[in-house]
Amino acid sequence: MSILIYMIPLALLLGGIGLAAFIWSLKSNQYDDMDGAAQRILMDDD
Amino acid sequence: MGKQTEKSTQSHYVHSEINDMDGGYESLTRQNQNGSYALTVAVGGVHCAACIQKIESALNSYQAITRARLNFTSGKLSMEWNGHAEDANIYVRDVQALGYPVRPYDEQALDMDAQKEEKFLLACLGIAGFAMGNIMLLSVGLWTTTSEIMGMVTRDFLHMISACIAIPTILFSGRPFFRSAFRVLRAGHTNMDVPISIALVLACGISLFETFTHGEHAYFDSAVMLTFFLLIGRYLDFRVRKQANAAAVNLLDNIGDFAMLLTEEKNLRRIPVRDIRKDMFLRIAMGERFPVDGIITDGQTSIDTSLVTGESIPHTAEIGDTVHAGTLNMDAPVIIKSAGGIEQSLLSDVVRLMETARQGQAKYIRIADKAARLYTPVVHTLAATAFLGWVSLGGMAWQDAMMIAVTVLIITCPCALGLAVPVVQVLAGSRLMRRGILLKSGDALERLAKIDTVIFDKTGTITQGQPVLKKGSFTKQNLKDAAALAAYSNHPLARALTKSYTGKLPEAINVKEHAGQGISGTINGQHFKLGSRTWCGDKNAPDSQDMELFLKSGQEKPIRFSFTDDIRPDVKTVLDAFRHNGLRPILLSGDRLPAVQHVANICGFDTFYAEQTPTQKFSIMEELRAQGHVILMVGDGLNDAPVLAGADVSIAPGSAIHLARNTADILFMGDSLKPVLEVYKTARKAQNLVRQNFILAILYNIMAVPLAMAGYVTPLIAAIAMSGSSLIVILNAFKLKAKEI
Repeated sequence: MSILIYMIPLALLLGGIGLAAFIWSLKSNQYDDMDGAAQRILMDDD
Repeated sequence: MGKQTEKSTQSHYVHSEINDMDGGYESLTRQNQNGSYALTVAVGGVHCAACIQKIESALNSYQAITRARLNFTSGKLSMEWNGHAEDANIYVRDVQALGYPVRPYDEQALDMDAQKEEKFLLACLGIAGFAMGNIMLLSVGLWTTTSEIMGMVTRDFLHMISACIAIPTILFSGRPFFRSAFRVLRAGHTNMDVPISIALVLACGISLFETFTHGEHAYFDSAVMLTFFLLIGRYLDFRVRKQANAAAVNLLDNIGDFAMLLTEEKNLRRIPVRDIRKDMFLRIAMGERFPVDGIITDGQTSIDTSLVTGESIPHTAEIGDTVHAGTLNMDAPVIIKSAGGIEQSLLSDVVRLMETARQGQAKYIRIADKAARLYTPVVHTLAATAFLGWVSLGGMAWQDAMMIAVTVLIITCPCALGLAVPVVQVLAGSRLMRRGILLKSGDALERLAKIDTVIFDKTGTITQGQPVLKKGSFTKQNLKDAAALAAYSNHPLARALTKSYTGKLPEAINVKEHAGQGISGTINGQHFKLGSRTWCGDKNAPDSQDMELFLKSGQEKPIRFSFTDDIRPDVKTVLDAFRHNGLRPILLSGDRLPAVQHVANICGFDTFYAEQTPTQKFSIMEELRAQGHVILMVGDGLNDAPVLAGADVSIAPGSAIHLARNTADILFMGDSLKPVLEVYKTARKAQNLVRQNFILAILYNIMAVPLAMAGYVTPLIAAIAMSGSSLIVILNAFKLKAKEI
């Protein structure tokens, strides 16, 4: 069971990275225009 | 107005607003700290990726532009550039040249708050989601085995970690509930958030206690899961309102329009309408609406007052006559002296009535809050009973009894109740959006399901509000010649003529406008006049209610063109369907009796009122309400605004004036009246689904509470039960996705 001592914090760390990514996407206004984001994938410019 | 000598039948005549689109935007530009300028405008007609690409790449091709971004959802274009504030006009002109109408956009404080609130809810939701997932990870271990197998140390370790994740999460993500509960308790009553907050606090408290005293069960997962599901409900509810607000400030809105100011040096300068003050001289072009009340000081014209009084025939107006805000200047440009700014220019009795309406309206209590009023005391009583029962009758230790009480609180899951209503309303709202109907708030649907009377305005609501050419005894050649001349005028009747002729128009030269009378020109060597009866018409032609134009050439008999305000398609279908549902339709108009009677007969209204002033319209509505009727008002003009504000629920067409659009609960786009029926049917269906959802939630509670009170519920069961009930409620709401209701 002692494996849990580092497995759990590791799992939390990975989850935390995901959370940080979510908060970043929120702060950089990516949720402001969801319909626009859907339309933009169809644009052809590189 | 000699500048209109180029032939132009482009769509910019279709908009009855200002013709010359240059200038004025520099006054709306902001300056950033680093010296660059920024401007946000509303852009219309954007409906696909190609539109976004066209606009953004056109702007980004300028070196000076540092940022150009079009928000597809709200129709807002944000630009930032280095250079001068006046460059804004160049960029705006470019976007317009691509074919997209641009309007100034007034950044309201309300909109910024909504953005912040949404970000806040999403952040709470994200963190609660992260916490829920990770605690569940640990809880699976706790559920599938007992402390004998895993050892007390491991179990305590898992509890500790759960605590470290759960406590900060509840403190952060629980804020929407705690704030609301605090606010409401301080005002002396309760809402749904009070038992939620109590449950969260107690659950965490007990679980912490259990953790430190090496107890068997902790409830961190339930607490966080509760928070997560409830936040979903709250976010969905918020989205309904946000959709409504975003679309309401888009292109169709007149906020921040411009007017032409005549300065003391006799120069013309464009200023935003909100900067107009008393005693300013303004030049109102043909086809433009008067932005404020005033007196004509130069010029002579006829004025269409249909949006203000509902009358379909225009009045003539000359020097010294008063004009009202919202009326349309038809024939010729005039100079007016303003009687005040836009706030003072509303008809004073309309404003007064709307204030009365707002005060008189009892605050509508949403179904969800009504449920909360019942639910809260019942749930608290049950929990308290469980606690006292176990302690006194069951002889249990108070900690265990407290846990059972907390379990009761948790499992009576406001989850399903918290989701029951928002989920239905969001789905209803998006269903309506796809059909061109804008729902401004969820409780509009609740109120709409209860109506028994529908009041309709006539001009602009039952009718299109635009003149249309009737069939007559003119030849195709006559129409061709008339349309060739009419293309040079912005008069609504001339525009109606131009619209009715498709095909190549002959060229007219030496076109001259005669203010208040008509337009003359030469086509293929022949001299024509197109105008009013007194100027070039046949004085002996029979009198009629219709609006008319005459075409005269030389000594020949003048040809008459009659125009009528068409009734919207599907009006009869909609009225029949309403009657079939037991609703009583009433026609309430400010127009003259013959016109109203005519429309009432065609559409099949048994009850109609004509020549009603705004005050009279309002008192009819009050009388009906006093008799106990629940009223839906459908209207579009200034004279409808008090009734729109005072009725139980109100709908306005997209072509309504700014004030009506702002006051109404629901807006619909397009020419047909069918959306009004569609939204009513959706409201009824939504009510049914909400009722079903409440029943499902209550059934779940009836099954779960006895189990919890008897002490059979472990955290595992509580978690499964809560998510199960929420899912069922959501899936039930999806019945709104059906094609036909």
